[in-house]
Amino acid sequence: MTATTPLLQLSSIGKQFGGLSALSGVSLHIRRGEIYGLIGPNGAGKTTLFNVITGLYQASSGEFQFNGNSYQAGKPHVLAQAGIARTFQNIRLFANLTALENVMIGRHLRTRAGVFGALLRNRATRNEERAITRRATELLHYVGIDKPGQTLAKHLSYGEQRRLEIARALATEPLLLALDEPAAGMNATETESLKSLLQTIRTGGITVLLIEHDVKLIMGLCDRIAVLDYGKKIAEGVPEQVRKDAAVIAAYLGGGNE
Amino acid sequence: MEIFLQQIINGLVQGSVYALVALGYTMVYGILGLINFAHGEVVMVGAMLALSALTAMLGWGVPPLLALPLSLILAILGCMALGYSIERVAYRPLRHAPRLAPLITAIGVSIVLQNLAMMIWGRQYHAFPQLIDNQSHLIGGAIINDIQIIIFVMALAIMASLMVVVHRTRLGRAMRAVAENQHAAQLMGVDINRVISVTFMLGSALAAVAGLMVSANYGLAHYYMGFLLGLKAFTAAVLGGIGNLRGAMLGGLLLGLIESLGAGYIGDMTGGFLGSNYQDVFAFFVLIAVLVFRPSGLLGERIAERA
Repeated sequence: MTATTPLLQLSSIGKQFGGLSALSGVSLHIRRGEIYGLIGPNGAGKTTLFNVITGLYQASSGEFQFNGNSYQAGKPHVLAQAGIARTFQNIRLFANLTALENVMIGRHLRTRAGVFGALLRNRATRNEERAITRRATELLHYVGIDKPGQTLAKHLSYGEQRRLEIARALATEPLLLALDEPAAGMNATETESLKSLLQTIRTGGITVLLIEHDVKLIMGLCDRIAVLDYGKKIAEGVPEQVRKDAAVIAAYLGGGNE
Repeated sequence: MEIFLQQIINGLVQGSVYALVALGYTMVYGILGLINFAHGEVVMVGAMLALSALTAMLGWGVPPLLALPLSLILAILGCMALGYSIERVAYRPLRHAPRLAPLITAIGVSIVLQNLAMMIWGRQYHAFPQLIDNQSHLIGGAIINDIQIIIFVMALAIMASLMVVVHRTRLGRAMRAVAENQHAAQLMGVDINRVISVTFMLGSALAAVAGLMVSANYGLAHYYMGFLLGLKAFTAAVLGGIGNLRGAMLGGLLLGLIESLGAGYIGDMTGGFLGSNYQDVFAFFVLIAVLVFRPSGLLGERIAERA
């Protein structure tokens, strides 16, 4: 694999729910190290596409390549292993676990200790547990959560919960970080600091895929953007290009002859 | 006063066994939202396996103090395999089915296991061999024997280790994460099938220990012993708040105390009506009372938080 092969390549992905076609023939590629935006009106299929990429849904047709391997129907933990991490539109933290434990779960993937290690508490297990705790603490600071790690996730503020979800995703050491509307419900200050966090993450070498409604954030942050409407990709390109695209304007503002 | 102390001791010993079994119900419920009604039969199989192994080994001349731990280990391994198979065969294929379906297979598994056990071990009671010189000790007028002490101490040690595993280790963290949100846990790389299998195996190991304890305490084992014991342990889990580990332990100990104090006193208070021969009934009064007045149990969370 060279640096020029795309990290993620979708080839005519389709997804049907009964008679409803949520995605049809979506092809796109995401290059290593870019911040890629996915926008579109409500119900355009953005989250469905996320669910396919992360293995929560099986594609009805088409396939995708991630980091050189092909997947048609992947299991979530396998794709997580391969290096895709995500956050959810509606926050899905482990509410009754502490902030630190939430991040520690993310380390699950890259650590080993099994049942017997857990029961015997040997040296390797204890060392691993210490390393997990240390890394998880670092990540909490990295995303800017100052509250003690022992705080239950449900007691964090909304903005902190969003950041915690990002920290948890980063703990899996992803190649691709997929964020489903991370700025939803944030105020302007919170959005601004989210923006700089995402830039820091990209600088750290992680590719970012972003679904977002905040057009200002998307335009200011993304290297390239794809636009979905009714399950089809209607435009793709750098922000200026997409902003002027006639089909995109029609999709967002209505009009045209549809 | 002597009677009171005696009933407290009996209740705590019996209650610690209920607690071990209740933990098996509550762990599975916590993770899958499923009541594993076959769990009582796993206790029975554990007792039967241990007893068979023990009898065989004593016959070969293995010293009792070696035969006991060996047969316990054998029973634990056997029950772990059984617990794994039950989940694999009866519950996993129905994981996304309506909740009634796995409940019915659970009852089916329970009937199958009882009848298999009857075919293998027969319908008669099996006596538990006298292994150690079971000395009785007098404390403040009440009697406690060595077996009771061993049962109580061992049960507490096992419960403490379980708490360490669940709250301090990678595996326990994965179990709690799966219990909270399966999808999110999968995305963190947790293989939920594995976690669920391990949960069943842990619960079944506890059941095997409990099975051996019960038959050692009463000196008896038979193919039908799992039914009532299972129901009572389930009651204990509900009393403590099903899905909550501390609740299962508390519920088990409380239920043991309620039963033995009830058996010791209610008969006297009512002039013979509902005497000690009604001991088994008290557990189910408790179940009904809890379901009516506090369905989420003593330590249980409100239902809204669970969903």
